[in-house]
Amino acid sequence: MARDHLTEIIVFAVLFLLVSGMGFVAARWRRPDSMHSLDEWGLGGRSFGSWITWFLIGGDLYTAYTFVAVPALVFGAGAAGFFAVPYTIVVYPLVFLVLIKLWSVSHVHGFVTPADFVRARFGSPTLALVIAITGIVATMPYIALQLVGIEAVLKAMGVNGHWPIIIAFVILAAYTYQSGLRAPALIAFVKDVLIYLVIIVAVLYIPAKLGGWGDIFDAAKAKFDKTPAPGDGITVAASGQLNYAMLALGSAMALFLYPHSITGVLASKNRNVIKRNMAALPAYSFVLGLIALLGYMAIAAGVKPVSTGGKPDTNTVVPLLFDHMFPDWFAGVAFAAVGIGALVPAAIMSIAAANLFTRNIYKEYIRRDADAKEEATVSKLVSLIVKAGAVVCILALDPEFSIDLQLIGGVIILQTLPAVGLGLVTRWFHRGALIAGWAAGMAAGLWMLYQIPNPAKGKEHFGGSAYPLSDLGLDTKTTVYVGMLALAVNVVVAVAGTLVCKAAKLADGKDATRAADYLADEGDPKIKDLELSAST
Amino acid sequence: MTPDDSREPTPTQPPPVADRTDRSPWNWLLIVPVALPLLTFLYNSDKPRLAGFPAFYWIQLAFIPLGVACTVLVYQMTKKRG
Repeated sequence: MARDHLTEIIVFAVLFLLVSGMGFVAARWRRPDSMHSLDEWGLGGRSFGSWITWFLIGGDLYTAYTFVAVPALVFGAGAAGFFAVPYTIVVYPLVFLVLIKLWSVSHVHGFVTPADFVRARFGSPTLALVIAITGIVATMPYIALQLVGIEAVLKAMGVNGHWPIIIAFVILAAYTYQSGLRAPALIAFVKDVLIYLVIIVAVLYIPAKLGGWGDIFDAAKAKFDKTPAPGDGITVAASGQLNYAMLALGSAMALFLYPHSITGVLASKNRNVIKRNMAALPAYSFVLGLIALLGYMAIAAGVKPVSTGGKPDTNTVVPLLFDHMFPDWFAGVAFAAVGIGALVPAAIMSIAAANLFTRNIYKEYIRRDADAKEEATVSKLVSLIVKAGAVVCILALDPEFSIDLQLIGGVIILQTLPAVGLGLVTRWFHRGALIAGWAAGMAAGLWMLYQIPNPAKGKEHFGGSAYPLSDLGLDTKTTVYVGMLALAVNVVVAVAGTLVCKAAKLADGKDATRAADYLADEGDPKIKDLELSAST
Repeated sequence: MTPDDSREPTPTQPPPVADRTDRSPWNWLLIVPVALPLLTFLYNSDKPRLAGFPAFYWIQLAFIPLGVACTVLVYQMTKKRG
């Protein structure tokens, strides 16, 4: 099996090792005086300009799993899978004004994580702990899914077994440990050059071989017309339209609540870098849209997904399409693009999760007097544990289970929106009410996800994220994204709770930030500098 | 202790910078690329096709340059800060 793909495997391995070498060298790139602080190891010295930030955030948000799962969804369900495109169009203008506030206040106060911000804004270590744990729990399965992406590529090359993934992650863990955020920032550049190259070739070359775009869409339409499922097709069914829009909006609101996205934003050197990136990042959305359509090309090309244990793995359709359509050496390049596409986000996610643990659990509850060097050491070690955990997730559990966890992850990370997102805009909410809202949103979200079956996959629970409104007693076939409904519960409880707390005059935390902090820019004094100058 | 230290304590917060603001009427333009892609009824159809692409796909892809244009305009108009 694997011997038939020797050229592909060699090209893949060479590119993979080349990039890994870059990961180790990255520690010397823009070398600081010392790597012994979270600002340097975890945020690259908060010094990245527009280009590096563009590659870093792009590499962070558009992951190997996206490249594999979005076309797989389009392959299986049609238009409903295309929601990733409006999602990534909506997200940047939506967060444009909010992220610059987060950057400014983090710059002044030295925040590294979203929970750091919440702690200062609402004066509540408990609320910060809740936000930190939510972030870590939502990030872990996301890292595991990067492995699913690599695994899909390996399966298409006929390489089975888990040892190649373990090797890849040991290498990744070693250079992230050494170079911190500089490693994914440098590798992101190579990743994107490969991805863009592969996609441009794919959208020019494959449709030409398949008879043109019109034929591709017609082949997809013919396939969906034949299936009994009412929800699929090359346009969205009437009952799924609201869900399509809400899924796009909900995913967009969730995206920059993920701790790893915030890491990328905080690593930029000033506000204009962020604003420019909000305008330039949609270039990736265009690529994502074309990648999504690879799912239809796979239908037109008659690709049959690889079956493991009798179950077809639709994640393999894109790698198989490349394998069928491209000459061996270029298929190897394409596989390397997906494989390297897994390393960049996995590294940033493990750094973000490690920073959350260090700042909001270790320093808060275990070692109050930890200095900057100790913080960096703890984060480096925890980043190793996080990656080991992700590997165990894949080896010990069914990958299908990781996909369920990621579905849950999107819903639960949305529950941090009132504290983190609204907290940047207003200090009106009471800390106790925010905790109550978070708990209510989590409970409602998990309960709804538990109720959703997926008959096609033979699952009774956690079968998807579209909640039928008829379950709430409404006479309609319309479905809505669970995350949005859960967020609505969360906000209602937080607002009502705040009114009650204020009426009862319950003690609230102290806001350590001031209005001017949210407008600060590069070069403005930081609180740490002032403390240092005051103490000497 | 030097005599200087007995004067007013050094503030631990930086002095506020006056006249800065993120407010601008141009920001309203950001609503366009946020709202438009969510209005599924505008583009949820097969016809008219463009270069083989059903309307559902080419219209959504066309929203991308529109979004970029709006965001770039807002960035350019709000770049200079007081």
